[in-house]
Amino acid sequence: MINLAGRDILHAWGKFVFTGIGLGLLIGVTLVMAGVYRGMVDDAKVLLENSGADLWVVQQDTIGPYAESSSLYDDLWRSIRSMPGVAQAANVTYLTMQVQHETHDIRAMVTGISVGGPGTPGWPPSLVAGRQITRSHYEAVADLSSGLRLGDRLRIRRNDYTVVGLTRRMVSSNGDPMIFIPLRDAQEAQFLKDNDAILQQRRRTAENPAFQHPDVLQHIFALQSNNPFVNAILVRLEPTSDVDRVANSIHRAQRLTVYTRLQMQRILVGKLIATSARQIGMFLVILATVSAAIVAFIIYTLTLGKIREIAVLKLIGTRNRTISAMIMQQAMTLGTIGFVVGKISATFSAPFFPKHVLLEPQDSIAGFGAVLLICLLSSLIAIHAALQVDPAEAIGG
Amino acid sequence: MTTQGIHIENLRKRYGSGDTAVDALKSVNMDVTPGEVVGLIGPSGSGKSTLLKCLGAVTEPSGGKMVLGDQVIYDEGWQVQDLRALRRDRIGFVFQAPYLISFLDATDNVALPSMLAGTPNAEARARALELLHALDVAHRAKALPMQLSGGEQQRVSIARGLVNRPPVILADEPTAPLDSERALAVIRILNEMARKFETAIIVVTHDEKIIPTFKRLYHIRDGITHEEVGEGRSFQER
Repeated sequence: MINLAGRDILHAWGKFVFTGIGLGLLIGVTLVMAGVYRGMVDDAKVLLENSGADLWVVQQDTIGPYAESSSLYDDLWRSIRSMPGVAQAANVTYLTMQVQHETHDIRAMVTGISVGGPGTPGWPPSLVAGRQITRSHYEAVADLSSGLRLGDRLRIRRNDYTVVGLTRRMVSSNGDPMIFIPLRDAQEAQFLKDNDAILQQRRRTAENPAFQHPDVLQHIFALQSNNPFVNAILVRLEPTSDVDRVANSIHRAQRLTVYTRLQMQRILVGKLIATSARQIGMFLVILATVSAAIVAFIIYTLTLGKIREIAVLKLIGTRNRTISAMIMQQAMTLGTIGFVVGKISATFSAPFFPKHVLLEPQDSIAGFGAVLLICLLSSLIAIHAALQVDPAEAIGG
Repeated sequence: MTTQGIHIENLRKRYGSGDTAVDALKSVNMDVTPGEVVGLIGPSGSGKSTLLKCLGAVTEPSGGKMVLGDQVIYDEGWQVQDLRALRRDRIGFVFQAPYLISFLDATDNVALPSMLAGTPNAEARARALELLHALDVAHRAKALPMQLSGGEQQRVSIARGLVNRPPVILADEPTAPLDSERALAVIRILNEMARKFETAIIVVTHDEKIIPTFKRLYHIRDGITHEEVGEGRSFQER
């Protein structure tokens, strides 16, 4: 038996190909949307992975430092470092802000890293160009996605920094490039007030009757001009340590909240990007519905255009299942053309998106399955119409 | 009654019921022997199409008896279970418009009913080519329907009706879209094929130019058939 669907497609290939291309662009957008979500999850995982930490110690009862603000004294790391099972502990600050570069600004996550060296928690694990930060002030390591190059000058608050090193895939869970600067500079940038605000604060303090002793006042001014806080302490454990046990002991001893990597990953994926994920999910549902409507409409229209031929086929003895299979195969072919076009367009357009788009093979396989299922269901309307055709319609009168 | 060909006895068809009932066929009686081509004429609304639909096993009669070949297909109820297979194997159809499948070439259009009956593709195509040769249209075997002239399409359509060697062919106004020369050629071909394959053919027609060619003719009026016998032009004159 000849393949009726195949013959019809070859006969009207232009109709199928052009419809398939249109459908493919829609499927391409769907795949990219899924890729954006995957990219956000991947960015979150990479952020945690590259931090080099096994535990995140944050202010009690907060889900910082990425999802909420968290504030800890910057000397707490010493007591954590001395606890059993801890190999390294380092302060870190995170501040998402606009960084000035030449005539424009860049949205970036400015990360303050403590004195140390490569391998210290919070430090970029590797560079693609340049060197790590070696001075205590005014040097920066930037991610390539920021567009900065070695030697570029950038301004954070009131200070200028020179880019001495470049990283790759060091971005926040929102996709903002990370810029690493020395911890002291980052602490200052995070809590720095403008001159008017500082003068105002000093005037108010000086007018307070409780602080009228000159020595006390000077000490208070000194305290107000310093920022002894960091957002989190990143902890790396001894290879043989039990993560939960150490986390528990830090929590009990220091009265701080401690997260393991798995817990932090859940916070990032489940809370920080959850709204974006729901938004993308809604888009996927809408795009899938539109795709289904298009396939159903096209296949239904193609079928209606063949009503007389279907009546003749039925009259000369064609089984209903042969006619159903013909329509179904055409819908599947349309879906397959659409998927191939969509996959190609998604693959080639992904690098041009401002956010990281991660096209996972399993998403493509699931997407192909969903497209075939949608096509299968969409063809049911046309099949129903075809099965309603009376073979008597082929006989005049 | 013939033992082959077509035998119709007191066939009736009523549409609707009660006060709105319409008797499309009141009493149809016909006999067509194998190798014979008979005409069926009548005014619009006389029941020609209803009769064809009943004979073609796509509409169930309300009563009577129909025999196709050596098989009683209807006797106050269908006597065969698989009407689709009956249409495929025992009845050939030729329509007013050829209604060829637009995406199949002439050979596959002809071979399709045979393939549907389970004949291997190569064998079905060989049989189709043989028929296209017999109908003098083999040189267009690879052409799609839209590349064929009206006469060629009708010959391909006749070949499709014959491919399963059915004992019966029902032709519904097969010459309507054709000029006189081609219309007469189609009737000549039907006569040749009827003789060659021992097929009984009923041709429903309004076409004045071909009516004289029938040796036997059935008139249908108000759902009742009347047989007339004539020879060539002398028949038209009556």
